[in-house]
Amino acid sequence: MTLIPNSETDAAYVIRNAASEGKKLALCGGNTRAGFGNAAEPAEMVSSTGLSGIVDYEPAEMVMTVKAGTPVAEIEAALAANRQMMAFEPMDHRGVMGTLGEPTIGGVFAANVSGPRRFVSGAARDSLLGIRFINGRGEPIRAGGRVMKNVTGLDLVKLLAGSHGTLGFLTEVTFRVLPVPQTVETIVISGLDDAAAAKAMAAAMALPVEVSGAAHLPQTVRFRFLGGGLPAGEATVLRIEGLDASVAVRAEKLAAVMEAFGPVSRLGLEESQTLWRQIRDVYPYSDGTLKPVWRVSIAPSAGHQLVAALRLEAGVDAFYDWQGGLVWMRMEADPEAELLRRYIRALGGGHATLMRASDAVRAQTQAFEPQPDAVAALSARVKQKLDPAGIFCPGKMG
Amino acid sequence: MADTIRFLKPREAVLSRRAAIIADLTDLLPPECLVHEARELVPFETDAFVSYRRLPLAVALPKTTAQVAAVMKYCHRYGIPVVPRGAGTSLSGGAIPQEDAVVLGLSKMSRILEVDYANRTATVQAGVTNLNISEAVGIDGFFYAPDPSSQLACTIGGNIGMNSGGAHCLKYGVTTNNLLGVKMVLVDGTVIELGGKHLDAAGYDLLGLVCGSEGQLGIVTEAVVRLIAKPEGARPVLFGFDTSEHAGACVADIIGSGIIPVAIEFMDKPAIEICEAFAHAGYPLDVEALLIVEVEGSEAEMEAMLKAIVEIAGRHGVKTVRESQSATEAALIWKGRKSAFGATGRIADYICMDGTVPLGKLSYVLNKTSEIVDRFGLRVANVFHAGDGNMHPLILFNANDPEDAARAEEAGNEILKLCVDAGGCLTGEHGVGIEKRDLMRHQYSEADLNQQMAVRSAFDEDWILNPSKVFPLDGRPAA
Repeated sequence: MTLIPNSETDAAYVIRNAASEGKKLALCGGNTRAGFGNAAEPAEMVSSTGLSGIVDYEPAEMVMTVKAGTPVAEIEAALAANRQMMAFEPMDHRGVMGTLGEPTIGGVFAANVSGPRRFVSGAARDSLLGIRFINGRGEPIRAGGRVMKNVTGLDLVKLLAGSHGTLGFLTEVTFRVLPVPQTVETIVISGLDDAAAAKAMAAAMALPVEVSGAAHLPQTVRFRFLGGGLPAGEATVLRIEGLDASVAVRAEKLAAVMEAFGPVSRLGLEESQTLWRQIRDVYPYSDGTLKPVWRVSIAPSAGHQLVAALRLEAGVDAFYDWQGGLVWMRMEADPEAELLRRYIRALGGGHATLMRASDAVRAQTQAFEPQPDAVAALSARVKQKLDPAGIFCPGKMG
Repeated sequence: MADTIRFLKPREAVLSRRAAIIADLTDLLPPECLVHEARELVPFETDAFVSYRRLPLAVALPKTTAQVAAVMKYCHRYGIPVVPRGAGTSLSGGAIPQEDAVVLGLSKMSRILEVDYANRTATVQAGVTNLNISEAVGIDGFFYAPDPSSQLACTIGGNIGMNSGGAHCLKYGVTTNNLLGVKMVLVDGTVIELGGKHLDAAGYDLLGLVCGSEGQLGIVTEAVVRLIAKPEGARPVLFGFDTSEHAGACVADIIGSGIIPVAIEFMDKPAIEICEAFAHAGYPLDVEALLIVEVEGSEAEMEAMLKAIVEIAGRHGVKTVRESQSATEAALIWKGRKSAFGATGRIADYICMDGTVPLGKLSYVLNKTSEIVDRFGLRVANVFHAGDGNMHPLILFNANDPEDAARAEEAGNEILKLCVDAGGCLTGEHGVGIEKRDLMRHQYSEADLNQQMAVRSAFDEDWILNPSKVFPLDGRPAA
């Protein structure tokens, strides 16, 4: 059964009761990211979908407050009407996870979901200014506020962002929004191998042209984007956004430098929008299978080294976002969790999250990167302070 | 010296063991890393919130993370309070010690360990100054974005402690948005690493929690920060308005138009007069409010943005427009703004408030601020980061007159409450420290504060880290 409280008071009541009975709760929004984390213990579901609607939106202040169960689509429509957007480009996981339903804004922040612009404009957590949530005692708690600069007290906002419903039940979120850029262009450099692409992307990021997207799409995935419309060969893609006049100048400058790496072509506004949405949503691996998919965050220069090392020992297909620092990998068969995580450590650190796999594989694999003992102990103490009875999603993150 | 704000009562068990503690610390640290003579302790008795001062028990100035860990482990074992310190530039008293505390100063850990342009990161020790980072990478076309006014002196460790901002965070964010990782010593001496050159946390965002925790969760000894390619150019424009309402509405309109300048700075008439007298920047003296709006990018981009911004200002009855035609003119426009605090300090003592308010409330809060200050018979000058609503009223008073000082403190408290009531917060970038500690209940409910304090206890069960700060002294969890 799923409980759907329709007020913060009701949500607090449900959670307070569960805490007093020691009853476990699985917190969710639209359930489009239901497969995240370790296979959870059975628990009663509490959904935020009953808490929906825009509470306050001041376009001139670039701030929006909404109830946590508000559909992302509703928020995007309200923002688009004012030519604004969420700068962190929240990914839609339905394709790659094979889920149905409506993604909610609470789910976006609970999982700290960000897209291609993250490596320059920050993650979901960087846009999140304030929250209301119910802690494991059933108490409504407010953290942060609705102003951009706020250092008053401990930043529980960051802590709750990305805690996957294991620390509290989000009921309301306030976040910063930004103007939609007037125009977008994409520079495509063709035919670079992974290592050369890493060099080209690093060179692009060192230029004063404000690249806001840097991805590398190897041969095996290239044809999946834009209906196969990208030029032949591997595609290294760089996005430039902003005012019309300025984009033209910056794109010209970037293209001139990138010609030293390989043949350069350009995509205009509409193709760029489609391409970056497909990169955001991991289009190549939205394939209706349960082949294991990893999401790896690593130093940008190490991404391709990781894939090269892994290829010698396992069947792996990969593409790169965030200048090479975000690696999406689809494994042919075994997830090779231990091997992968050993290589990540050897390459200076990072983390691998198992996004998708069959139930059998999930049951045997730690979905989130295991933490060093001292950090794990500290995290457990923090969890205990927010959820003393351990009722929220037990086992999902630990 | 002011005395309204209390400190925790010194722990008798610690004070009575002073000699033994110093002897033990002598074993843990090289001689040049320990300060304990009364005369030598004086420079550490306060920070930039100079109305309060306390002599610490001793000052440890370790050179390595291992030494920091050894001191922490020792102090934890014996329940000795520890007050972390960077450069001591806190405006909220965040680094002011107490009589039973060991000050843990990071000033000797001031090396840039690695600059990695391929990954656009710098790995630095906590005692490196903010400006040092940008200077070290500037020649190669990069910079570190957060730029607090004290950037010449303040350290990256202190910036992390306070989640420092600056004039340019409208575009680039504050410290927490530019911090990728830390090496940190926990209260019991355990050394952990959070984050690194990769993005986002693997588990809970402890890095986000540590940033801005005012030295209460552990001692950061190293940091990995994000570098950004320097823009081709930057250019300010100066606007004068007849009323602060017009200036405030202009700010809201610029932001709402889809242009994000790197900085929008506001000055009211008293601030204009003070700065002009000092810097001779050519500021108009016949206006009530002044805005400095800075854009950056290529020539084409700056031109397009400035054109649009000047048009918007025109719609709000701008009286004076000064566009800078050269680097010299640009520097002159900034010179007045940047010398604001120094220039104010020459004519009076002042305390600097730091509340943030929603942009739509700027002129309302400015007017109310004048009313409050008038009522206390004091003067105020306003110089602040208008683009993000971060107010900095400077309340002028005479520090030699205890009654005047008390009135200034009281007026400041009322202004901060006003900011909270207008939908804002007590502090945008300076931190709570001791200064705003007793106002925390005005912004947070009992349950909100209890939750924050419980999380704090997860890091430091006995509350020995910077214990007199941030949370009201009463109502704390029992150890």
